[in-house]
Amino acid sequence: MSIFEQLTDREHVFEFLAPVQSPVDVRHGPILYLEDVSVSFDGFRAINNLNLTIDDGELRCIIGPNGAGKTTMMDIITGKTRPDTGSVWFGSRHNLLTMNEPDIATLGIGRKFQKPTVFEALTVFENLELAMATDKRIFPTLTAIMKAEYRDRIDEVLELIGLRDLRDRLAGILSHGQKQWLEIGMLLMQKPRLLLVDEPVAGMTEQEMERTAELLTSLAGKQSVVVVEHDMGFVRSIARQVTVLHQGSVLAEGTMDKVSNDPEVIKVYLGEDA
Amino acid sequence: MWLTRPLQERSTQVFLGVLFAALVVVSALHLFMPEDSALYVSSYTVTLLGKYLCYALLAVAVDLVWGYLGILSLGHGAFFALGGYAMGMYLMRQIGDRGTYGDPILPDFMVFLNWQELPWYWHGFDMAWFAFLMVLLAPGLLALVFGFLAFRSRVTGVYLSIITQALTFALMLAFFRNEMGFGGNNGLTDFKDILGFDLRTDATRLGLFIATGIALAIGYVICRGIVTSKLGRVSIACRDAEARTRFLGYRVERVQLFVFVVSAMLAGVAGALYVPQVGIINPSEFSPLFSIEIVVWVALGGRATLYGAVIGAILVNYAKTVFTGIMPDAWLFALGGLFVLVTVFLPKGIAGLLHKRRKAETAEPTPAQEATA
Repeated sequence: MSIFEQLTDREHVFEFLAPVQSPVDVRHGPILYLEDVSVSFDGFRAINNLNLTIDDGELRCIIGPNGAGKTTMMDIITGKTRPDTGSVWFGSRHNLLTMNEPDIATLGIGRKFQKPTVFEALTVFENLELAMATDKRIFPTLTAIMKAEYRDRIDEVLELIGLRDLRDRLAGILSHGQKQWLEIGMLLMQKPRLLLVDEPVAGMTEQEMERTAELLTSLAGKQSVVVVEHDMGFVRSIARQVTVLHQGSVLAEGTMDKVSNDPEVIKVYLGEDA
Repeated sequence: MWLTRPLQERSTQVFLGVLFAALVVVSALHLFMPEDSALYVSSYTVTLLGKYLCYALLAVAVDLVWGYLGILSLGHGAFFALGGYAMGMYLMRQIGDRGTYGDPILPDFMVFLNWQELPWYWHGFDMAWFAFLMVLLAPGLLALVFGFLAFRSRVTGVYLSIITQALTFALMLAFFRNEMGFGGNNGLTDFKDILGFDLRTDATRLGLFIATGIALAIGYVICRGIVTSKLGRVSIACRDAEARTRFLGYRVERVQLFVFVVSAMLAGVAGALYVPQVGIINPSEFSPLFSIEIVVWVALGGRATLYGAVIGAILVNYAKTVFTGIMPDAWLFALGGLFVLVTVFLPKGIAGLLHKRRKAETAEPTPAQEATA
């Protein structure tokens, strides 16, 4: 089509106006792929020949004693730390080692840190509004109006995280557990493909833990979720696949039953608890 | 539209209503009351009130960056003074050959210093539109350059406050120098007329008072428009959890820069309206103490409310007028005492008091009740 035809054709959608589709290519297998990753800090090998694959839509739990390299692994995936060797791929198209933090976040990897940070002076609804995947430059933000479709999307997430009744309350009055859920909700508003969740139930009551377990399980399928957790009861309640890290590499992988019967795992980790 | 949204808000309607009512009442009392009546508002009082309104606009500008963005600027006096100097330069050029030395082009102080021609940066200020544009651009540009460097390097908190303080102090020293070409420590004064109106007549003074009121109304609506927009909520997010905001994909430094520049321009407008009413601009407006005083007005009135800043600026300056009349030496003690009392008993300022009363009336459940429910 010539330019003139394109301009006169009412149905024509110019490429720069078309909505951006998530460019992550998962047709050829896993959504996240770490191969032979190693990193050392001052001679200490925090990650040692780590190999890990996460499938699209999977819910994976990662456990391991302190210093096993769980947080460092998350730092590598989100671009905060650069490994010394190895490769990290998001889908089969994006080499995460060549990208910076905001780019990785925009591409669809959301990360929840241990300590919940929400905007306490804003309402629950406004917290989710700010997190929404929209144009985040100055003038579009200044002139932004709340469209019905945005409202629906926020309400959908409010329902999912169970904070619908607290929609218009300030986030500052939420309990610790509710803040954790709100933060997970904020991650969901960014429409991530992969969620990295660091110790989501630390400091939660039994009931809150159950609620969190439900929430994370319901997310899996639509998103891939990687949970790093210490609480074995919680891991048992949500995990289908468990990876045990020890001294920076994978010690065992499989169902909870399988890994909890693994003699190696019992020796380094579960032995202390069980 | 983000600018019309505040007009539908109750608080803005009340604010604008009170402001316009005050303008009308003061004008009417000034024009129609006999001079010996107790209700007569003298020309002196009109100008004094106009000065308070300039301070109120300046306080609104400071509240925008401090209350909503968390940037405690201790240098907003610099933007105020730059706007004032731009206006002062226009007023100087308007004097023409009516100065003491009668030079048609050069202001008196330049003749006195034996300057032969006008410095390049004084050109254009004989035109009102150019001077009024500079009222916005000079402070705006300074804020842009300063903010760009500071926010890009992620300078925040007390360090930023100290740098803004240094900025205004440096400018004060610079403007004190005769070689700068801004009249040295005498500043710019002896103005004759503005836009063809004689500055010494009562009608011009009343006009300036009303213009200041309108500028305050517009400035208030602009600020309110920003803080009620999504950008305002992003500003609060930057204030409370900067790293988290960045992680959501917002360019925090650009948000800060935008709001800071808007605030500086408003401060410039306040300064420009201040100068023709007080009749002089000199480097003391750059003094760090003045910038700190602005922050005290805002703190007293109540942060992050905008109308609180207006109340604070007017009340403190009224108190200053009264106190310095009775006991000039006691004023600073009174100001300090007031600041301590408000910090202890009204941590959210006077606006916090109003807010609390309104909340009690509507009997909203408090957070504590909610938590136990």
